[in-house]
Amino acid sequence: MKDMTAPPPVTETQVIRVVKAMRRDRRAQWGPVVLGTAGVLAFLLVWQLYSQFGPISDEFLPYPAQVLSQFFANFAYASFWASVGATLWAWMLGLAISSIAGLVVGVLIGSSRFLRKATFTVLEFLRPIPSVALIPIAALAFGPQLGAELLVIVYGCFFVVLIQTLYGVADVDKVAYETTLTMGMTWLQRARYLVLPTLLPYFITGVRLSATIALILGISAELIIGTDGLGQSVAQAQLNGAPVAMYALIITAGVLGIVINLGARAAERKVLFWHESIRAEVPA
Amino acid sequence: MSILKNVGYWLGLPILLILIWYFATLGDVSTFVPRPLPLWEKFASVWLGENILTDVVPSLGRLVLGLATSIVLGIVLGVLIGSIRAARWLSEPLLEFLRAIPSTIMIPVLLLIIGMNDQMRITVIVLGCLWPVLLNTITGVRSIDEVLSNSAKVYGIRGWKRVWHLVLPGASPSIMAGVRQSLAVGLILMVVSEMFASANGIGTLITNFQNRVAVPEMWSGVLLLGIVGVLLSAILALIQKGVLKWYDGLKAASHGN
Repeated sequence: MKDMTAPPPVTETQVIRVVKAMRRDRRAQWGPVVLGTAGVLAFLLVWQLYSQFGPISDEFLPYPAQVLSQFFANFAYASFWASVGATLWAWMLGLAISSIAGLVVGVLIGSSRFLRKATFTVLEFLRPIPSVALIPIAALAFGPQLGAELLVIVYGCFFVVLIQTLYGVADVDKVAYETTLTMGMTWLQRARYLVLPTLLPYFITGVRLSATIALILGISAELIIGTDGLGQSVAQAQLNGAPVAMYALIITAGVLGIVINLGARAAERKVLFWHESIRAEVPA
Repeated sequence: MSILKNVGYWLGLPILLILIWYFATLGDVSTFVPRPLPLWEKFASVWLGENILTDVVPSLGRLVLGLATSIVLGIVLGVLIGSIRAARWLSEPLLEFLRAIPSTIMIPVLLLIIGMNDQMRITVIVLGCLWPVLLNTITGVRSIDEVLSNSAKVYGIRGWKRVWHLVLPGASPSIMAGVRQSLAVGLILMVVSEMFASANGIGTLITNFQNRVAVPEMWSGVLLLGIVGVLLSAILALIQKGVLKWYDGLKAASHGN
């Protein structure tokens, strides 16, 4: 804005504009990296100072250096990888089951106006029940087994995928639908060329949201029921009075969450490369 | 006639399902399967008595307090971070990481740091509910219509006035989406934080029933949480209708063309 008040140079305007644009570009390129790193470092510094001088004993809030070194040291232990593996396995199974079930039920309900209206009340009631409420029942029925964790994950994620699928089916363009009828398309062709492309972005969004929810639910189940996984390891570390291990495991859970987030977004971009919401991100 | 038909649609399937459920569980079934009549009796005796005051109200109080804190904090921080590019760059990686931590896993840590009290349970809720509001506010602030933003600049609207008349309304659809996500997360965290460590609350009571293997009582807790969830989302839908009246009208108008 300051530049606008200055009189524009008569000569070499083009050159100056290009140079300025390049400088802005470079700033936009490096700014996020430099400042982002600074932000993370500042956070670590505040943590260090707070655990050193703050009101909380450093036994309960260990220094970041201790936690980070434990985080990396964990990589050498087979038991660490076993609990990460258990969490990821339950996550994957739960996500797969709820995605497929949500898609199938969603398409079934969504393609009939009667079913859509008739199931409205039931869905609106079942959907907001927090699936963690099922944890005690799952714990009694299955014990600390994979089944208990899966029940919690699937109940939570199924409705997310289902609702997105319903939106997707409802979004099919009416004119386009009538056009396919006029063209004499078969049911299969209609599903492939009209319903699927409309539905896919919604469905993928549902799966992406579920990916995050499934991790939260899985870890909660492990924490409370005690099925194998990161959540159980954290609860164990708490019982053993090992805060450093506990914090290191929490950082692991955060890294897992980021990886899942980024992975889900990358997968979405790949599957929906043709869709306008993704194409719009490409600079023109 | 059409009213009758709608009522039929609303109640038809639920009644049918409950009837099927009733007849299917008349015989011998696994003790883990709930039956409609005992479930309703338990629900009335467990939750409609004095437990409403000793457990349900404290739970909901913590939830509402946690949600309100996260919404205010999320909007304030979100407007700040969303309007200042350097702040966005500074905080982006950190926020991405903090958001990715599954919030229930923080409960053991908060137990250590804060101790077993209401403050800790509210902190758990805030730590989970803050991110959806915060990140959606940032997105909303950034996606404000450029023409509107420039017009505001031309008219010399700045500072508080700009925030109040341009930024907040412009970001409100996105903010409301964040609040809706927070509501679901908050309900989860309310229950889990009480299951882990609490003197009272819906989650604590359900865990007590688990220890006594009182299955119908546990199911009645699930029923209660479902009702709470439905009521909360209905209240939110009402608020949203008021806040986003202009937006819905705008959308309807643009679809009409």
